[in-house]
Amino acid sequence: MTTDDDAILVLENVGVARNGQPILAGIDATFQRGLVHAVVGPNGAGKSTLAAVIMGLEGYREATTGVIRYEGAVIGQLDVTERARRGIALAWQEPARFEGLRIGRLLEASGASSDDEVDAALHDAGLEPDRYRQRAADTTLSGGERKKLELASIMVMRPRFVMLDEPDSGIDVASLDHIFAALATLQERETTVVLITHSPTVLRHAERAMLMCCGAIVDRGDAERIGREFASGCIPCPHHPRQVARHDTRRAS
Amino acid sequence: MSESAIATIYEAADLDPGPVHDPDAAHLVVDGNRVLGRNLVAGLTAEVDEQADGVRLVIRLAEATVLERPVHLCFGMSGDSGQQQIDLDVELAPRAGAIFTAHCAFPFARDVEHRMQADIRVGDHATYRYRERHVHGRTGGVLVVPRTRLRLGEGARVTTDFELLRGRVGEVDIDYRSTCGPDSVLEMDARVDGRADDRIAIREVAGLEGERARGVLTSRVAVRDRARAEIHNELTASAAGTSGHVDCKEIVTGEATASAVPIVLVQHPRAHVTHEAAVGSVDHKQLQTLMARGLDEDEAVALIIEGLLS
Ligand SMILES: Nc1ncnc2c1ncn2[C@@H]1O[C@H](COP(=O)(O)OP(=O)(O)OP(=O)(O)O)[C@@H](O)[C@H]1O
Ligand SMILES: [Mg+2]
Repeated sequence: MTTDDDAILVLENVGVARNGQPILAGIDATFQRGLVHAVVGPNGAGKSTLAAVIMGLEGYREATTGVIRYEGAVIGQLDVTERARRGIALAWQEPARFEGLRIGRLLEASGASSDDEVDAALHDAGLEPDRYRQRAADTTLSGGERKKLELASIMVMRPRFVMLDEPDSGIDVASLDHIFAALATLQERETTVVLITHSPTVLRHAERAMLMCCGAIVDRGDAERIGREFASGCIPCPHHPRQVARHDTRRAS
Repeated sequence: MSESAIATIYEAADLDPGPVHDPDAAHLVVDGNRVLGRNLVAGLTAEVDEQADGVRLVIRLAEATVLERPVHLCFGMSGDSGQQQIDLDVELAPRAGAIFTAHCAFPFARDVEHRMQADIRVGDHATYRYRERHVHGRTGGVLVVPRTRLRLGEGARVTTDFELLRGRVGEVDIDYRSTCGPDSVLEMDARVDGRADDRIAIREVAGLEGERARGVLTSRVAVRDRARAEIHNELTASAAGTSGHVDCKEIVTGEATASAVPIVLVQHPRAHVTHEAAVGSVDHKQLQTLMARGLDEDEAVALIIEGLLS
């Protein structure tokens, strides 16, 4: 049994439509303070959309229905800047590129208060400070480098509630350790983490998990169990009768 | 007197007067239509003809002379109004090389007109880099009209860039025309940030006339409030093996307006020219990303523009 005090963010019957298409519907979820929560689900399930809705990105905020409660307060009316200033952060699945904007400057704008902090954040994310500080966060960065920078810029924000949208996508195996170290740091800081991922290795670092499909949460609970279910291709989802059927035949044979 | 006028301009413009006091660096300082000071180095000559309505400067760099330090030109105005007319005739002999840094400083400007007529010839295999840095007053009050004609000899390399460091644009009307000889390389870059009622017109025209000549024309402009910008980039490739690129980006916010006219003309089957132009509001994803880091919309737009113009 959890009390309201344990919850940092609560979603009540949240839905969103884009271009007249419902993308999320009837989402109820509670994110416990200080835990690592995973969100898994097939491509197009609505995971990134859920993150955009919680962050209050323009285009999503106005289209969101239902209630989002953060630290006990309803935040539906707050714009993205206000949510960020209250400690909500998002590391994008596909981070933006900025022509000419130096990496050091971007980290400063994200909250780094000194050159040392910039360097430490780059180092921790697996980017050699001397090589990257002065470079632009533009299209010349490789996909993996840009993802590492995204992680660094989230860390300097020192958020209270952070959503990492596939932090491991495009990241080489050796560099995954930087993500795990960042997760450990976030836990030390008692940051609540929402980890969107397709990777069983990354999922292992989560305590709770929810399985999304077709814009709904179809299962939730212990991360290990949800991970096992998702990995075995079993999606107990009313929208996927064929997959459920396949599962049933497999069991029958 | 001249020393103090120089000091006044540099201090108000927040520019480093170091080069003016460096005996090993060439410099030429003009206040209005008067030459206040100059220093020449071996291989570099400058003839000065001061008239009531303008200054004519004839600068020559001798063959194979490569200057280690930039030649420092300051075209300033210590008063708040007046007309400045600079006639600049520059010739770099073959294999010569120099960087020219021109500071156009009108920190007190209320009603200042700066006109420049430049004819620059860069000899075979010579290298010329021209950096034009402007400092204007906080309210604009400046009309800047540079007309530059550049001719690049065989294998010559030329880079020009124009940047407003501080102050408001006022009205800027840039017109650069270049012709490029065989195997020469030309890069022209202009970056301007307009606000309030500023007017920006940039016309860069280059002709890649010699075989294998290459040229890149870049412009980065931000306009806010009621500012207006018109960018015209024209690149003609008329010889075998020539290649070029026109790249224009303009960010428009508030009630500002901007236009971009990239013209590429290919007159040889073995020439290749590309262009890209993007004119519009700040990129939505960039803006949302920065706002999700806690910046408000104005701060985010300012940071994106800072990057674009850097
Ligand atoms: N602006 C939009 N208009 C119409 N449909 C959209 C829009 N944005 C997203 N969608 C659709 O909403 C669904 C959910 O997208 P979302 O990006 O949230 O998926 P996801 O679970 O993050 O997938 P992935 O694992 O591939 O990242 C997708 O089917 C997507 O095509
Ligand atoms: Mg996604």
